Amino acid sequence: MSTSTTPGARKGSGRPLITLSSARRHPRRHHTVERPRRSPLLTALTGLVLIYSLVPLLWLFINSTKTQEGLFGSFGLWFHSDFALWDNVVDTLTYNDGIFVRWLLNTVLYVVLGAGGATFLAVLGGYALALFNFPGKRAVFAIVIGAVAVPGTALAVPTFLMFSEMGLTNTPWAVIIPTLISPFGLYLMWVYSSEAIPTELLEAARVDGAGEFSTFFRVSLPLLGPGIVTVLLFTMVQSWNNYFLPLIMLRDSSWYPLTLGLNAWNSQASTVGGEAIFNLVITGSLLTIVPLITAFLLLQRYWRSGLTAGSVK
Amino acid sequence: MATASAIAEPPGTTTPGRRPPKKRRWIGWGFMGPFMVVFALVFLAPIAYSIYLSLFREQMIGGNTFVGLENYQNAFSDSQFWSALGRVSIFLAVQVPIMLFIALLVALAIDSGRLYGKSFFRISIFLPYAVPAVVATLMWGFMYGTRFGLVGNINDAFGISLPNPLSPELILASIANIVTWEFVGYNMLIFYAALRVIDPSLYEAAEIDGASQRRVITAIKLPAIRGALVIATIFSIIGSFQLFNEPSILQNLAPNAITTYFTPNMYAFSLSFSGQQHNYAATVAIVMGLITMVIAYAVQLRGMRKAA
Repeated sequence: MSTSTTPGARKGSGRPLITLSSARRHPRRHHTVERPRRSPLLTALTGLVLIYSLVPLLWLFINSTKTQEGLFGSFGLWFHSDFALWDNVVDTLTYNDGIFVRWLLNTVLYVVLGAGGATFLAVLGGYALALFNFPGKRAVFAIVIGAVAVPGTALAVPTFLMFSEMGLTNTPWAVIIPTLISPFGLYLMWVYSSEAIPTELLEAARVDGAGEFSTFFRVSLPLLGPGIVTVLLFTMVQSWNNYFLPLIMLRDSSWYPLTLGLNAWNSQASTVGGEAIFNLVITGSLLTIVPLITAFLLLQRYWRSGLTAGSVK
Repeated sequence: MATASAIAEPPGTTTPGRRPPKKRRWIGWGFMGPFMVVFALVFLAPIAYSIYLSLFREQMIGGNTFVGLENYQNAFSDSQFWSALGRVSIFLAVQVPIMLFIALLVALAIDSGRLYGKSFFRISIFLPYAVPAVVATLMWGFMYGTRFGLVGNINDAFGISLPNPLSPELILASIANIVTWEFVGYNMLIFYAALRVIDPSLYEAAEIDGASQRRVITAIKLPAIRGALVIATIFSIIGSFQLFNEPSILQNLAPNAITTYFTPNMYAFSLSFSGQQHNYAATVAIVMGLITMVIAYAVQLRGMRKAA
């Protein structure tokens, strides 16, 4: 089964837990509070939610193997006789002089600079809130939390007008700069830093005469690893999936991210003289979600531990 | 450089906490500063500019005129604004409780340790969160459709005609389903993470007392994750009031069911970008921001009062 119930997952239990290997040695398992009896009924009921979550993704995969004719002429949850996944992928990547690849590169650019920058700022700020007592700290917290409730459009319209006067609209900066702020990331890093870094360690570094910034980079940063991965994944999702902001800021389709491009392809069918390319919309959608889902699966050990520590408060 | 900027702290002003009192020093700003500079540029300045805009009106002749609160008065008697607000309120009242309830049940089920393959459940149910709203909406939109969607398939297979999910009567429920699909796993994860940090000795004590599973849930688990429940509720309220992506993308597939003022956010967007009424759009957005904050604050107060 999983490794998630192995020692350390539950904090505060001082006694050694049964490991997988020792459990296997006993032909009959102990059913304790830590290892309760498995329930087929509960598994089946939770399975309904699992099916609900996975069926649309399955639908997306199955239908990205169909030609446009196949889409209309076959059952949605089963394959059509012509398996066109590879053709669809090639068509998606080459359609309209490979604009999809351009959108993909744009998205990567927005994610690297936007999510990377947002994580960096959140780590610094969260660390400050957790470990320093500085003038105005309470005000900082109140303002940041209050700002989360402000709706996107309240910011979007004036940000657009501001950026337009600064000549930033229709450039990548208009998408990158606003994504640099992640209040949720700040909150998560704050809680994580106060958990992961013992004050004694900082005191020791100070006694040794290290400056605060070198202490941060040499001593604290390595301890913040899982928290950073967690925030990075959440800000990555945010900027990979961003739609509203680029929709407002960008006119020129060569700066579009994938989300905006896919929607443009989809609406192409309903414009006069536009070519319907539903098979490319579906295959493009699949290609859009694969990188993020892969990142989540590969890094899940790290972000899960980061999130668990982040929920203590 | 660290000590140079340190300032002496007046006695008795330290906040009580888990940690020993820290000295108030400016060095914290060295770390907090970069965040706050960008925050000021992309949050505070636009909010201030928004408020400024809402007090003016663009005129064909004479440019911007100061009109005081006239835009706000207009908003309060604007039937399109109220219908949009009513729609997201219904959405909020129905979709958010259903979504959070399912998320809570799944989190409790996974945390109970009684599932076969629980890490598979956890990661699979969470995955839709990684799907962009655009992709989720296109996907569900196709599935809803009668052309090559599942609804059409079922109709053909059984010779029946299911109600069209993209009709004006059902469109709100169809959007609610998309949003639920996207965020059940995310909320489940928040609840699950909070459940994982409950001290297991509490469960052992409950077992010794002969407490039932139900009693363990109501007396230990739910009180312990109240904070997470409040946070998830507030995030969901904010999300509902800001509803934009899903209806605006579905508009292509269901132009008759989704108006340009379907949600307050869509209304503000179309005022601003199709109607060039930036001042009134800013007003609508501010009113929505205020309503959101008041409700989020009320939920927080209520959540905290119960905890006491």
